[in-house]
Amino acid sequence: MNLFATLADKPWLAQPAPPPDEAARRMPAARVGVLWLLASLTALFSLFAVAFLIRAQLPDWEALAGGAGRPLASLAPLWVNTAWLATASVTLQAASLFARRGRSGALRAALAAGALSALAFLAGQALVWQQLIAQGHFIATNPSASFFYLLTALHGAHLAGGLVAWVHVARRAWRPAADARLALGVALCALYWHFLLAVWLFVFALLAAEPATLVWLAEICGLR
Amino acid sequence: MTHDADTHHEPSSFWTRYVWSQDHKVIAIQYTLTAIAIGLVGLVLSNLMRLQLGFPGRFDFIDAAAYYQYVTMHGMIMVIYLLTALLLGGFGNYLIPLMVGARDMVFPYLNMLSFWVYLLAVLVLVASFFVPGGPTGAGWTLYPPQAILPGTPGTDWGIVLMLASLVIFIVAATMGGLNYVTTVLQARTRGMTLMRMPLTVWGIFTASVLALLAFPALFVAGMMMLLDKLAGTSFFMPAIVSMGRELGHEGGSPLLFQHLFWFFGHPEVYIVALPAFGIVSDLISTHARKNIFGYRMMVWAIVAIGGLSFVVWAHHMYVSGMNPYFGYFFATTTLIIAVPTAIKVYNWVLTLWRGNIHLTVPMLFAIGFICSFVLGGITGLFLGNVSVDIPLSDTYFVVAHFHMVMGVAPILAIFGGIYHWYPKVTGRMLDERLGRLHFWVTFLGTYAIYFPMHYLGFLGMPRRYYSFEDYAFIPDSAQDLNAFITVCALVVAAFQFLFLFNLVWSAFRGKPAESNPWGATTLEWQTPETPPRHGNWGEALPVVHRWAYDYSVPGAKRDFIPQTEPHEGAPPGTDEALAEARP
Repeated sequence: MNLFATLADKPWLAQPAPPPDEAARRMPAARVGVLWLLASLTALFSLFAVAFLIRAQLPDWEALAGGAGRPLASLAPLWVNTAWLATASVTLQAASLFARRGRSGALRAALAAGALSALAFLAGQALVWQQLIAQGHFIATNPSASFFYLLTALHGAHLAGGLVAWVHVARRAWRPAADARLALGVALCALYWHFLLAVWLFVFALLAAEPATLVWLAEICGLR
Repeated sequence: MTHDADTHHEPSSFWTRYVWSQDHKVIAIQYTLTAIAIGLVGLVLSNLMRLQLGFPGRFDFIDAAAYYQYVTMHGMIMVIYLLTALLLGGFGNYLIPLMVGARDMVFPYLNMLSFWVYLLAVLVLVASFFVPGGPTGAGWTLYPPQAILPGTPGTDWGIVLMLASLVIFIVAATMGGLNYVTTVLQARTRGMTLMRMPLTVWGIFTASVLALLAFPALFVAGMMMLLDKLAGTSFFMPAIVSMGRELGHEGGSPLLFQHLFWFFGHPEVYIVALPAFGIVSDLISTHARKNIFGYRMMVWAIVAIGGLSFVVWAHHMYVSGMNPYFGYFFATTTLIIAVPTAIKVYNWVLTLWRGNIHLTVPMLFAIGFICSFVLGGITGLFLGNVSVDIPLSDTYFVVAHFHMVMGVAPILAIFGGIYHWYPKVTGRMLDERLGRLHFWVTFLGTYAIYFPMHYLGFLGMPRRYYSFEDYAFIPDSAQDLNAFITVCALVVAAFQFLFLFNLVWSAFRGKPAESNPWGATTLEWQTPETPPRHGNWGEALPVVHRWAYDYSVPGAKRDFIPQTEPHEGAPPGTDEALAEARP
């Protein structure tokens, strides 16, 4: 659909009748709904990123990563978690492929693997929280730590919300009867997981960034 | 879309039909009644405020803390829980599926959830009246640091419940918004192209998009402030000494909150205004029996205003101090947004011009809307300029401006919309005489309230103050004006109960309405039953053959042609012939 051509329509003139199969050619409503949800979530995480950049310019900011004694002196645990989330994303994409081909055994295996990897990611994030708390880095210790807890919690909450949708889809996948809408459900789950992986990579990059990088980012965003 | 067969079973029990309903029409009524109920609380609060301002010291129970709590809760309730909920959740829910020819919203379960989450948000908000310390008195903008520091009323519980309620509301609004946007995009009936949609749908659609993209900013601000309050973080809180005690906060930026708040706050103005624009456009065209002037321009203006509304937010922050170039930018964008807005006003007036104007109650409210909106909009042009805004910003001039433009004007559009669509919702007409009385008292009354406030603002009377004793620059006569305004406010408020009485009485005793009492073209008036039954359209979905504004077409039998009526020479079934005739 060309937006500008649509907006230039002259509806007061008699127009050709629409083809009878007009509705069938539209994208499924569920996909459009999910895309708008992702747009809203993009706004949400972008605004957090802007708030992060602005706050990071103030003098009391202490970087999370880079150097011993810092909360995230070792990024290894977070990289492991990232690998789990990427695995979840890949397996759900595979599940989407299997759903389209009608291979229900492989579909169930891939769906289960996707959810388990997502749970492993959440458990891994909780572990990182635990380590930070054990080292004495609490939510109010420094604004950078506040952002760490806030952003990881929010991202995790969205992943947990995705698991609710996953349960909805999985229940259909485990039913013996063929289900025409199953492939769409699995594809949308996969799409949501890819989105959350992208958000996580973005959040991870911000949280682990050197102070100089944050200054540079703030400069190109006009925040300095 | 013919997705109805498998998903829509007509509910059979009372509970699934009227309480846990997934029918968009029932949800719309639930939204509307809840919004009106909480709106009445907001109305009473405004009168309590006016009692203090008009007759200072006469009412012992209104101390300074109570006054600030009234101000805060009045503002928040009216903007979010009344106007936003009623225009999107009420009008959006009722009208979108009916106007685009769908059987329901595309996600009915999510729609039901949206209402119940909204109700939860309202209950959490109301709960804050009953907690120790009462509701927050931070002002509706909730600026930190004062919003969460002792000295401001309601810093223990009130502010926490307020922020929690907002976060819950945002969840509800997002669920609703996804439904409204997707339904408009994906569930239009055959022939209903985007540019054949009535402007009401365009307004609500664009406002829903704004809501999806702007509410996240309030969510971000609300979450961070909750953590500052509850977990001792310093997102917004600078190092501060409060009541002689140094607090643990350090280095936070109160300005950051203001940016986030207004990045939501200004689109919010248009979330309220755009649906009102749409409703007024349809009321004017229908009741003037004339096609809307410049339909395409009206659509473009709605879209342009929606886009521009994201780049004007800092004009709410001129007095917070900013880089002069920054102020220059925001003053410019603010004045630019007046252009599409003015186009809309001209087009309404030009629609009226030589129309066959029926001064029905909905039409009176629509014309009242234009008057109020023009007055409030023009003072907005004053205030958009930094150098004019700075002296006026903290005075009653601003109170008058925003109440005219986004208080009175949208509520007049809402009243007009209710009088217009009530026959479709209930199958009965609202009482005409009561309606006229309600209109004249509300319209003239709100003018009597807000017009003098401009003058008070020029005198320098500061807003947000609890009392005005011993200010040498304010003449004694200002007090007389304040007393006058208070009396008017009480009268206007009292007459809203007349409207409520009309709503209830007419639902049972009103004159039975035919299916299309105003002779309107749009789809909701062409339903097989009035009120429409579950599924809206009986056996077959309607097919749309023309735009929504074929009024007084020369040579036509009646002075309106419904959207479902095929063009001359092309009866249903010969659509192909028309298709071939196109160049």
